[in-house]
Amino acid sequence: MAALRERCRPAPQPSPRVSGSRGTARRSWRATPWLFLLVPLGFLVLFTYVPVTNMVWYSFTSWDGLDQTKDPVGFDNYVKIFTEPEIFSVFLVSIYYLVAALIQLALALYFATILSFRTRFRNLFKGVVFFPYLLNGVAIGLMFLYFFRPDGTLDALVALVGVNDPPHWLGDPSIANYALAMTSVWRFMGLNFVLFLGAIQSIPSELYEAADMDGATAWQKFRYIILPGIKQIVGLSMILAISGALSVFEIPFIMTGGANETSTFVIETINTAFTFSQVGLASAMAVVLLCIVLFISWAQRMIFPEGKSDLV
Amino acid sequence: MVVAAAAVVAVGCSPDDGGEGGLSGTITVLTNRTDVVDTRFQEYVQEFQRTYPDIDVEFEPLTDYEGDLQVRLNTNDYGDVLLIPDSMTKDQLPQFFEPLGSAEELGEAYRYVNEQAFEGQVYGLATFGVVTGYALNLDVWAQAGVTEPPATEEEFLDALQAIEAETDAIPYYTNYADGWPLTQWQNNQGAVVGPESVQERVASDAPWTPGQEQYAIDGLLYDIVDAGLAEPDPTTTNWEESKNLLVDGEIGSMVLGSWSIPQFHEAAEEMGVSQENVGFWPMPWQDDGTFQAASGGDYKIGISQHSENKEAARAWIDWFLTESDFAQDEGGIPVAVGSDLPDELVSFEEMDARLVEMAPVPEGEESLDSDIYNEAEIDLFGDQYRRSLIDSARGAASGDKDAFFADLNSRWGDARASVAD
Repeated sequence: MAALRERCRPAPQPSPRVSGSRGTARRSWRATPWLFLLVPLGFLVLFTYVPVTNMVWYSFTSWDGLDQTKDPVGFDNYVKIFTEPEIFSVFLVSIYYLVAALIQLALALYFATILSFRTRFRNLFKGVVFFPYLLNGVAIGLMFLYFFRPDGTLDALVALVGVNDPPHWLGDPSIANYALAMTSVWRFMGLNFVLFLGAIQSIPSELYEAADMDGATAWQKFRYIILPGIKQIVGLSMILAISGALSVFEIPFIMTGGANETSTFVIETINTAFTFSQVGLASAMAVVLLCIVLFISWAQRMIFPEGKSDLV
Repeated sequence: MVVAAAAVVAVGCSPDDGGEGGLSGTITVLTNRTDVVDTRFQEYVQEFQRTYPDIDVEFEPLTDYEGDLQVRLNTNDYGDVLLIPDSMTKDQLPQFFEPLGSAEELGEAYRYVNEQAFEGQVYGLATFGVVTGYALNLDVWAQAGVTEPPATEEEFLDALQAIEAETDAIPYYTNYADGWPLTQWQNNQGAVVGPESVQERVASDAPWTPGQEQYAIDGLLYDIVDAGLAEPDPTTTNWEESKNLLVDGEIGSMVLGSWSIPQFHEAAEEMGVSQENVGFWPMPWQDDGTFQAASGGDYKIGISQHSENKEAARAWIDWFLTESDFAQDEGGIPVAVGSDLPDELVSFEEMDARLVEMAPVPEGEESLDSDIYNEAEIDLFGDQYRRSLIDSARGAASGDKDAFFADLNSRWGDARASVAD
């Protein structure tokens, strides 16, 4: 083993310098990658780890966001989160987005598969499917607000097929979450589509040729070549979908402001911090959400361990 | 650029230094008025520098004033002169702001001195005052046969019913989606029970009980929506559009502050409609046959505790509040005691409406109100619980008026008990 490692290590570079300076030359060579990393790592620490550390500290205080003193309250905030049912019940709204995310993955996979084969206007359709993802979330929120309002675009469309008394898409709480979740599907399907398309195109074409020779149908090609070939990406997308569904924010925040029973955990966190001046409690909520997402990512690694796809 | 130019002009005008009191230096003024910071504000500065040639005034406009400032206040660098954010509780004022003087003394010169005061000291002075009432389309109301302001809640609801029956207009528009127009309702505090309104609220375990002011205010909103007199789908409203709709006669009324009147006039002008169509009436609450309208200060302006130029900052504040035309330009009530109501509010004088200002809060209770409503998570000055109220009233959420108010009462009562501990 030791011999093997010795062989794998690159041979020492013959140094033209005298032996005295050799050590420093080598050290500076080793430091180079770190020098390159210094700036991005600095940003990472400054803008991610320092704020998160602060947030964890705030979560153990009763700070209101302004006061110069922060009173430590121990685990009170966490106890409150896990004992007050109203705080956790908003996670139920995430179920709408989770179901929508599954629909979104299925649609994205469908389009990616179709458009990875020779299709008429293939590039145009790729653009059409991906385009919504390029739009700004705020613009999408406003656009769909007009789309869903009474006598808006959607009402005009359903009137064409004879529905003259459409519901209030955002005003009726039993429909509002579906409307918002579908907006989210429209927006994010493009991203999944591109991920899937890229993965599908990396599958060697000989496999399809071989399948053709064996007389495989399109479904069989999908089931036995494409799906196993992009298993990793599908798994990753699932995890992104779940953590995305738990932390939905932009679309409901812009379109309904969380009113009308469309509030999500992140909207509740923002309200707690900035409407009710309970930054301590809100930080604790954010830490809880972070832990949940970390747990899901960990579970994903367990279920889909990293490694080669079992295609070849 | 304009600031620099103004400064050069000013310096050019007065070669000998030290104008009034020899004050000099540069002060930074944080403002939420991104719309007029490069125009009207620069004119004010030019005027100001006729008296104080050696003080430079620089503005820092903030689009999301409340949000940005909450973060800025955690540093020591938040300008010399700034508006006190609404989220600050009274007991925090001394941590961030310079005291401007005692409420008693300043009260002789300025209105609304009690609104940002703590332990008898004033930390912020209102930039202008507003009266809360409702903007209405007079034509629409006349078509429905109403030409006099309703004097009771019943008359008000009857008037809205008449609009619903006689015209095509939406009688009342909540502006639910934008949220902040719902907060305007809370500015009515004082109109029902008078200047001691806040003290009465914090002394009550159940403010949403008939006979109490909070019940009158929120109950009226509930009844309007419950009777189907508000817009059919409140979740897709739009403030900018609503101004045009009111001017155009498609909306009957909206509860707002008097600051909104110039905006309606502007909308009328753009649409080529007569400004005369837009009226502003006091809420339907009377005391002995006299309308009572709640009047309060807009943002209060104060001086940072970390300012290095407090005297110059004070000079700017005093000049801005008493000499500049800011209040008049806003259609607001000038804060100097004894100044006249703006033209927009002449109708209030004609109706003999009495303007109610808040009484000073007793020492030690300054932040009791906000402590209770934050603990209860009932955002009196926010839009959350009034949205839920409208959802309940329009049948989009379960529960009726009694159940909804009972829930508010129990949350308020519990929070009051826990704050008292």
